[in-house]
Amino acid sequence: MSLDPTDLYKEVILDHNRWPRNRGRLEEFNRSSSGFNPLCGDQIALTLNVSQNQIEDIKFDAQGCAMTVASASIMTEAVKGRTVDDALKLFDAFHDCISGKLPPESLDDSEEYYALLGVRALPVRIKCVMLAWHALHDALSENET
Amino acid sequence: MYRLHFGVESRGATSFEDGDTMKLENGSLATPLESDSVATVRAGRADFPILSTLINGNPLAYLDNAATTHKPQSVINRIQKFYAAENSNIHRGVHTLTAQATDIYEEARSALAQFVNGFSVDEIIFNRGCTEGINCVADAFASPAELWQHPSGLISPLSEGDVILVSEMEHHSNLVPWQIAAAKSGAVVKAIPITDSGDLDLDEYQALLKMNPVRIVAVTHASNVIGTVNPIQLLAELAHQHSAIVVVDGAQAVAHLAIDVQNLGADFYAFSGHKMFGPTGIGVLWGKQTHLEAMPPYQTGGGMVREVTMQKTTFAQVPAKFEAGTPNIAGAIGLAEAARYLAALANGGSGPASIDKMRPQLQSSFAALTLVEDQLLAHALQALTPVKGLKVLGRPHHQLPVISFVLDGVHPHDLGTILDSEGVAVRVGHHCCMPLMRRLGVPATTRASLAFYNTDAEIERLIDAINKARSFFGEP
Repeated sequence: MSLDPTDLYKEVILDHNRWPRNRGRLEEFNRSSSGFNPLCGDQIALTLNVSQNQIEDIKFDAQGCAMTVASASIMTEAVKGRTVDDALKLFDAFHDCISGKLPPESLDDSEEYYALLGVRALPVRIKCVMLAWHALHDALSENET
Repeated sequence: MYRLHFGVESRGATSFEDGDTMKLENGSLATPLESDSVATVRAGRADFPILSTLINGNPLAYLDNAATTHKPQSVINRIQKFYAAENSNIHRGVHTLTAQATDIYEEARSALAQFVNGFSVDEIIFNRGCTEGINCVADAFASPAELWQHPSGLISPLSEGDVILVSEMEHHSNLVPWQIAAAKSGAVVKAIPITDSGDLDLDEYQALLKMNPVRIVAVTHASNVIGTVNPIQLLAELAHQHSAIVVVDGAQAVAHLAIDVQNLGADFYAFSGHKMFGPTGIGVLWGKQTHLEAMPPYQTGGGMVREVTMQKTTFAQVPAKFEAGTPNIAGAIGLAEAARYLAALANGGSGPASIDKMRPQLQSSFAALTLVEDQLLAHALQALTPVKGLKVLGRPHHQLPVISFVLDGVHPHDLGTILDSEGVAVRVGHHCCMPLMRRLGVPATTRASLAFYNTDAEIERLIDAINKARSFFGEP
C-alpha cells in the first residue's frame, strides 16, 4: 500500500489551512463550544450567533494541524446561513460518510467539505477532521449561552 | 558547579570534531579494538527482521525507538520456543514442565538482576512495565501504616504535608501516580524546574530539598522528549542527605545506558521490557530489598501469600509478594533474552551471554553502543540545525539520541503524516509530557528517537522528508 500525501492534503485543504476563513472569535455570540483532542493536544473554540433558528455568523479559533484548521474553516463556510436543523443534518451526513457508514457519494462532490473525505484512507487522522464538526454539534445541541 | 560525570550512568558531552579518536565514558580514547566493537554493534541491525519492512513503498526508517524498540530475532525465537516446547504455569507444580518453566522464569530474574547490577536477585519484581512499577511504589507510600509490614524511618507511609518532588520533564507515568498518592495521603507534589537547556535546575532542586519534609524524589533517568540524561547519582546523594528516597523512571535509559543501581544509589528503579528490545507487557521494578520487605503488597491474590484463612492472610517473601497471579512468564523469559542479546551485542555476537558473564559484557556492549549512538546524535543535530524554520528543543548537557523539534508553518501531525508517506516513522504530539510541553512553550513536537541500529542514511532520509514537507505546505 502506498500513501500519497496529495490524496489527503488536497489543494482546497492546503488553501484553507494557509488562509483560514472565519477564524477568530465573534464579539457577540449566543452559542459557543470548545473541542479538545487529548491524544494530540489540538484545541478549537467556536462562537456562533444563532437567530430565529438560523446560523447568522460563526467563527472558530483553533490550534492544531492542517487537517484540523482546514476542516474548521470549511465547516464554518458550509454552515453559515443554514438553519440549525439543516446544519445538524449536514453534520450527520458528514459524520456518517467519514466513519464509513455512508458512501462518499452521499455528499455533494461539488462542496468543499467533500475534499475532507480523503481522510477516510487514514483513520488515525479522522479525529483531526471531526474536531470542529463535533464542536459544531455541541454548540447547536446546547441551549443559548 | 556540579560535576556531571558519574560513572557508567552518564554519557559524555562528547564532540567528534577531533577526527578518529572518540572519548569514552571513562575518559579514555577509543582504540582500534574498540572500533571493532563499534562495527559489531552496527552490524546488530541485521538481527532485527522488521527493519527490512517496506512502509508505503519505502524502506522503513524507524526513528520512534523512545516509544518502543524493535525485537531481535533471538528474542522472538526465545518466546516462540517457550510456547512451543516449554509452556507451563510456574511454582507449586510437581510435573516436569512446571518445574522447568519455574527454573527458566527464575533464571530470567537472575539475568535481570545482572542487567541492573542489583544487590540480590530477590530485588527484581516482574510486572507489566515501568508504569506499573511506579504505581506499585506510589500506592505503597499512600497506603496506611497498618498495611505495611515493617515501616521504619524513611520507609513508611506519606502523611499530611509531606512533599513529593517530581521534575518538570516527567512522563505522565511518573507524575500522575504521585498526584494520586498525594491526594490519598495529604502529601503535596512539587516540581523541580528545568533550565532553558533542558537540564534539571540543580540549584532549585537543592532549595526544594530544604522544604520540610521532602519524602520522595521521583525523577526520570532520561527524558523521553528532549533526551536529557539526569545525574541520578548526584540527585540521590542530595536526596538521601535530606532523608528522602529516590524513585527513578528508567523507561528511556535502559536501551542506551548500562544501568548500575548500586552505583546510581537510587531506592527504586522501574523500567519496561519493550523499550530495551524485549517484549511488551513485561517490566521490572527494582527496589532495595529492605524497602520491598517493609512495603505493603500492591496487588493481592494467588502466588503472593504464605498462609490464608478466612480471616487473615500472611504474605510471601519478596519478590513473590509483589507478583500476584500468574505472571507474564513468556514475557520475563523474552526480556531476559533481550538482556542477554545486549550483553552479547559488542562481544563477537557468539550467541547470547551466559548469566555469570553478563555484567562485564553488558558494560563493554553499552560502551560501544554509546559511541555508535553519540555519533548518530551528533549527525542528526548537525543535519537538523540548518533546516530553515526548524527549531530543536532543549540542548541538554547529556543527551540520549532523542530529539524533539518544531517546524515553522507545519504542525507536527501533518509532518508526521508526510514523513510516514516517505517511510520515516517518528512520533508527534505531547509525548505524554503535557507539563514539559507547557514549559517548552509548544503544544506538540515531532520527535526522532534513535537506537543503535539506526543509520546515517536514515537520518538523511529524515532530513529529505522534512524538506519535502516544507515545500508541500509552502516554505515559511
